Amino acid sequence: MYVAVKGGERAIENAHRLLDEERRGDPEIPEVTLDQIAGQLGLAVDRVMTEGSLHDRELAALAIKQARGDLIEAIFLLRAYRTTLPRFGYAEPIETADMSIQRRISATYKDLPGGQVLGPTFDYTHRLLDFQLAADGGTHPEPAAEAEPSDAPVPRVVDILNHEGLIEEERPEPAEASVGDLTRDPLTFPAGRDLRLQNLARGDEGFLLALGYSTQRGYGRTHPFAGEIRLGDVTVEFEPEELGFPVEIGEIAVTECQMINQFQGSAEVPPQFSRGYGLTFGHCERKAMAMALVDRSLRCREFGEEAGSPAQDEEFVLSHSDNVQSTGFVEHLKLPHYVDFQSELELVRKMRAAIDTPMKSAAE
Amino acid sequence: MQPADRTSERRAWMGELAKASCDDLETAWNALPEKPDWQWLRKPETGLVMVRGRAGGTGGAFNLGEMTVTRCALTIDAGTTGYGYVAGRNARHAELAAVFDALLQSPHGPDLKKTLLEPLAETRSKTERRKQAKAAATRVEFFTMVRGED
Repeated sequence: MYVAVKGGERAIENAHRLLDEERRGDPEIPEVTLDQIAGQLGLAVDRVMTEGSLHDRELAALAIKQARGDLIEAIFLLRAYRTTLPRFGYAEPIETADMSIQRRISATYKDLPGGQVLGPTFDYTHRLLDFQLAADGGTHPEPAAEAEPSDAPVPRVVDILNHEGLIEEERPEPAEASVGDLTRDPLTFPAGRDLRLQNLARGDEGFLLALGYSTQRGYGRTHPFAGEIRLGDVTVEFEPEELGFPVEIGEIAVTECQMINQFQGSAEVPPQFSRGYGLTFGHCERKAMAMALVDRSLRCREFGEEAGSPAQDEEFVLSHSDNVQSTGFVEHLKLPHYVDFQSELELVRKMRAAIDTPMKSAAE
Repeated sequence: MQPADRTSERRAWMGELAKASCDDLETAWNALPEKPDWQWLRKPETGLVMVRGRAGGTGGAFNLGEMTVTRCALTIDAGTTGYGYVAGRNARHAELAAVFDALLQSPHGPDLKKTLLEPLAETRSKTERRKQAKAAATRVEFFTMVRGED
């Protein structure tokens, strides 16, 4: 069936103009700047960088502004932008043990080398709206307190447990060249831990949060403890081909979560703790924790655990974690489906006619 | 100096130039008594580097996400090649990093280490120390309540 598809151009153009006007809002009110977004809505920027899978604060701030604060739309914009740039190569893996610590807490040890450093956290706030922030004259918070920093090393909590041999060890793979990359090759199943972690790192925070929560409520229990959460700057090293040696190209902030989970042991392995891992750009603590929970859940086969819950179903989790893919398929339902719908309409009419005809003849 | 030492020295200063702010490099450039001419080998170009982590911090590598990086290469009049590889999209930052990389390999190198690298390292360590001091103030000091006389 022929369906006229012309005629929408002017409406679309005007819709975009209306969008621009709505984005700007009341022209009497100063326009928000990228510096303001990057500086004052920093956690939104961190989330967009993490799930947009591109570390660039300024671009993430621009995406948030353009998307009118719709973070999934902003993530979409960042993902689209990255396709316009050439890939120079792969960095050396970051060394989170050498992190310049801004926050580091452990729920498994009270006293530990390096201590519990709370950093800039919402924890222990009362979650009461602060009307001082609503004041027109701007806020001038008291300067943050300072104390003599310690130069003592801040070892990973899991490494402390490791000395006792009570937790599984994480060792590098022998062939690092073959690390899977979802941006190059489509995902296939079963997926290795490298691909799972990459998928989870760029996965939707809400989706992973719900899955992580489901494991706590009994859908595939993993008995987790937050062994350690750390936030801070790490150096990124990259080896340009023409130089033949790695150079530091900059520093980025990351959040790391090490979950410690129970493991009963098996015929080959004595009882010991197992691990789940979460890593994000910037300060995305909830995401890092949820990622670590789901990472551990997806390792159920490795530990010979019964796997019947959603968070243990690799294909289900990894196929639905990406919010750009999800939004694309859900939102495509808005696009014209006139022809499809016409054929469905014809079908339903025919079916109704088939039912109505015998009923009529029976009544006569 | 052994070639290995030269490489590790160059690695250190390239890292310092990448981590410095573009403004600080610009100030240092403006303060140079004589500025060299240079020819581009590769004009500044912005691209992506894939950042990697390790499972559990020490295990198998995985791809975390990309970051923007700007690079360029040039030769200064003496024929020395300089490279700039810096995080972000600032072409001027990459350009100045490359010029200084070349100059640091030239006979001007020893002077520049004092006038450029040492102040840059000092600025960075001051900023870092300040951040560390603020974090240190949020370290929990546990104490135990003792009740009773004995």
